[in-house]
Amino acid sequence: MLNEITFYLTAIWTLVFAIAAMSLRQMVHCALSAAAAFAGLALIYLELNAPFVGFAQLLVYVGAIAILIVFAVLLTRGDEVGPNRSQASPSWLAGLAVALLVLGAIALPILSSPSLQKVAPPVATAPVKRIGEELMTRYVLPLETVGVLLTAAMIGAVVIALREESEKPAGQGTSLLSFNGGRTQRPATPETAAHPETEEAVTLP
Amino acid sequence: MNPLLSHYLVLSALLFSVGFAGAVTRRSAIIALIGLELMLNAANLNFIAFWRYGSNPQALTGVMFVLFSIAMAAAEAAVGLALVISIYRQRKTIRLDNLDSLKG
Amino acid sequence: MPQPIKFLWLIPVLPLLAAGVSALLKRERRQWAASLAIGSMAVSWLLSCAAFFSTLGGHPYVRQIFNFRWFDLAQSGVPLGWVLDPLTAIMLMMVTLLSLLIFIYSLGYMEHDKNFTRFFCFLSLFAAAMLGIVIANSLLLLFISWELVGLSSYLLIGFWFEKPAAAAAAKKAFITTRIGDIGLLLGMLWLYHRSGTVLFYDNGQGCLEQSSLAGLVVGTTVGGIAVSTAIALLIFSGAVGKSGQFPLHVWLPDAMEGPTPVSALIHAATMVAAGVFLVARMYPLMSAGPHPVALQVVTWIGALTALFAAAIAVAQNDIKRIIAFSTISQLGYMMMGLGVGGVSVGMFHLITHAFFKSLLFLGAGSVIHGCHGEQDIRKMGGLRKLMPWTFATYAIGTMALCGVPLFFSGFWSKDEILRAARDWPLSSVPFYLGLAGAFLTAFYMTRQVCYVFFGKPAEAEGSHGPAHESPAVMTIPLAILAAFAVLAGFLGTPVWPWFHSYLSGENTPFTLAPLFEHRQLLLMLLSTVVVGAALALGWRIFSQVASTPRREMDPLEKAEPELFRWLQNKLFVDEFYAATVIRLNTAFARFSNWMDRVVWSGAVRGVSGLTTVLAWVNRTLDESGVNVGFDLGCAGLRGTGGWLAVLQNGRVQRYLRVVGLVFSLLMLALIWGWP
Repeated sequence: MLNEITFYLTAIWTLVFAIAAMSLRQMVHCALSAAAAFAGLALIYLELNAPFVGFAQLLVYVGAIAILIVFAVLLTRGDEVGPNRSQASPSWLAGLAVALLVLGAIALPILSSPSLQKVAPPVATAPVKRIGEELMTRYVLPLETVGVLLTAAMIGAVVIALREESEKPAGQGTSLLSFNGGRTQRPATPETAAHPETEEAVTLP
Repeated sequence: MNPLLSHYLVLSALLFSVGFAGAVTRRSAIIALIGLELMLNAANLNFIAFWRYGSNPQALTGVMFVLFSIAMAAAEAAVGLALVISIYRQRKTIRLDNLDSLKG
Repeated sequence: MPQPIKFLWLIPVLPLLAAGVSALLKRERRQWAASLAIGSMAVSWLLSCAAFFSTLGGHPYVRQIFNFRWFDLAQSGVPLGWVLDPLTAIMLMMVTLLSLLIFIYSLGYMEHDKNFTRFFCFLSLFAAAMLGIVIANSLLLLFISWELVGLSSYLLIGFWFEKPAAAAAAKKAFITTRIGDIGLLLGMLWLYHRSGTVLFYDNGQGCLEQSSLAGLVVGTTVGGIAVSTAIALLIFSGAVGKSGQFPLHVWLPDAMEGPTPVSALIHAATMVAAGVFLVARMYPLMSAGPHPVALQVVTWIGALTALFAAAIAVAQNDIKRIIAFSTISQLGYMMMGLGVGGVSVGMFHLITHAFFKSLLFLGAGSVIHGCHGEQDIRKMGGLRKLMPWTFATYAIGTMALCGVPLFFSGFWSKDEILRAARDWPLSSVPFYLGLAGAFLTAFYMTRQVCYVFFGKPAEAEGSHGPAHESPAVMTIPLAILAAFAVLAGFLGTPVWPWFHSYLSGENTPFTLAPLFEHRQLLLMLLSTVVVGAALALGWRIFSQVASTPRREMDPLEKAEPELFRWLQNKLFVDEFYAATVIRLNTAFARFSNWMDRVVWSGAVRGVSGLTTVLAWVNRTLDESGVNVGFDLGCAGLRGTGGWLAVLQNGRVQRYLRVVGLVFSLLMLALIWGWP
């Protein structure tokens, strides 16, 4: 009983905020709704006896990714649409239809297969110790690989988002490797947006 | 009645389609990325649900998978947003309608 | 010494090679051409002598043959071969000797001609072909050589082809003999079909040997005549053409357009004798069976021709034409001789005639040469003193031709013919025809000699200066021939008929018995009287003419103008042919021309027009069909491309939508089991 109520509560929370994230006009509102949706999902993980995953979700998604999205929104402000114009693309109905189709394609098998109508087995645990042991024994290779990946992603993100020295307009090959280290005194570059100084977008693993 | 596996799976499907709808409908690239994250999360939910309701929870397979998935999503979000910022700097727009220089 | 049959083939081949090499020589290499021709002919003559002597041995003679297969055709082959028997040997001797003498004579006669090399090339070719006829054991080889002889005759008659008359004469000769050759070809094919072989003698299987002859005699064909007769008549028609018998004689007088050595060699001694030789060679076929009708036909045609040509010769004024008609007449005698008396009778006259007729021609050539090209006898005269050698030899030749008794060969050979004609069981008419012909022969020869050699030298207009004797290179052959004209006769006197025995294989020694034969002596006397009367008459009429100025008419013409005109125009035979056969031919030629221009060309043009139409259709189809279709296809492709490009609008969201759509469709398909 309790399980059911908690399930429906968390489910509705997550869904509502997900829909909000996808449909709100203001981008910041979208970002924050997304954060809330992530949090809801963390609760669902907790409910599913995977506390570590839940906390990891909170840490990573809510704590890092959502913040990142907010930063990105703030950094790309100049392209906001006016309040009277729609924020969806002209063919939003087609997209919606496709999404519904996708929903049907996934949901129908789920609903129509009896083997998925199963009850939860007795409690499963995912102790952190066990997770750590697994990580170090069976999943050590993926672990290291993910480490490399994260390093590469960090470097890549920094390089991509680096403010260039280019005076030429967009389209010219911008050399991603003309890194001048630190602050650069640039001449009057025609960047209209009010940007703060270059900042390396760092990500937190 | 306890929630069945199918409940979680349906929830996951709903989340997925919501994320998909947003990704293909909204104009802004960042909103599309958010939708992308939602889709990933839906998949993670699927894994955890199957781990929980599955036959061998001791193997922690689902949990491990999700952990790595979360890490990957983080890396991908970082790079993706960095790209968006870079594009904004170049083109002064993040509207996906305008970003069609690969038009064939 | 090897058997002569082994090298017999060299005799025609050497002159053939000489001709081949001469054909490649440049015009300036006169010496080479002449040396090749004379050299090869000399060697051939020596080889012929060797062959001749080898046949003198045995009685009965042994005929040597050599056959080989030329090429294979179905199950049988085409055999060729040569034969050496007395007939062949005597003919070889005559042909090679005469050719050699006339070649030497030509050195002088043709000296000023610029086509000297070509002349000797053609002469060698002719000699090779004639010798081929002589040695042939195969009717096929004989026919091949026969045609080659006709070809070289054409080439030689038309030697001065820039003269339209010469070109026309060459054409006439070739076509007229061709008409005869059709018969020869048909006869040859029929003979091959019936007897299965073209070889004459083939160890009993040849077509002239007993077994096949028996088969040919019993078969009958159209009109109930025997097959052998029919074939013989067809083959005889070839001889009629080649030997200038009536009605195919018309080409011989015109053939005098050729150079005189050509007339001497070809139209006196050898080519025209080929017809007689053919009849002699095919004699077993001609005389086969109980009633040899073919021989009767031969006799009648020969007798008629003899008289007919002699009459015409009386009224001719060209020195060579008189001798040409004389040749036709004498050929008639030969045919008559073959018909009534057999091979040896006809061949004897052929051999003697060869010598004195070529002598007469060469003498005429000498006269023409000496008179700087003049050929009309009315414009000549008194050459007896100016050209003594020529006169002497010419006189000997004339007496031989007339048949002046005892010392001249013509007497003996003609006498043989008259004797056989007299004894012919079927009719005496040929005998009387022969006698009349002999009279006329002596008459026209006297006329000619009077005009040319007696009387005062010509003061005619158009003369190029006084006449002179010919060089030695021309007179020496004349002398040699004159000697033969006398001596050859002694081969066949009744006292010692060596010729007859040589050819027939019987052994007849020297005996004086015939001298005392009543009928024999009577005949000799009769012919002597005839000849003497003609000579006297001719002398009386024409000796005055020789001393009077030339502007006067011929006495005969004065006496009988109408008859003279008929005879002078050769009894209008040419005109008759022109009105009938030639007209028919021309009409047919015009018709063929019309057919060719209108019908066949029209058909061709129609086909080409059809092709053009098809091409036009093709082009139209191509342009409007294929091109348009292709363009439409390309446009369709472009359109489709444009359609498909919608998917690639560069926008990520569309891609994602497509992915989602396809994913869902795939899922639905998998769920509900789509194919």
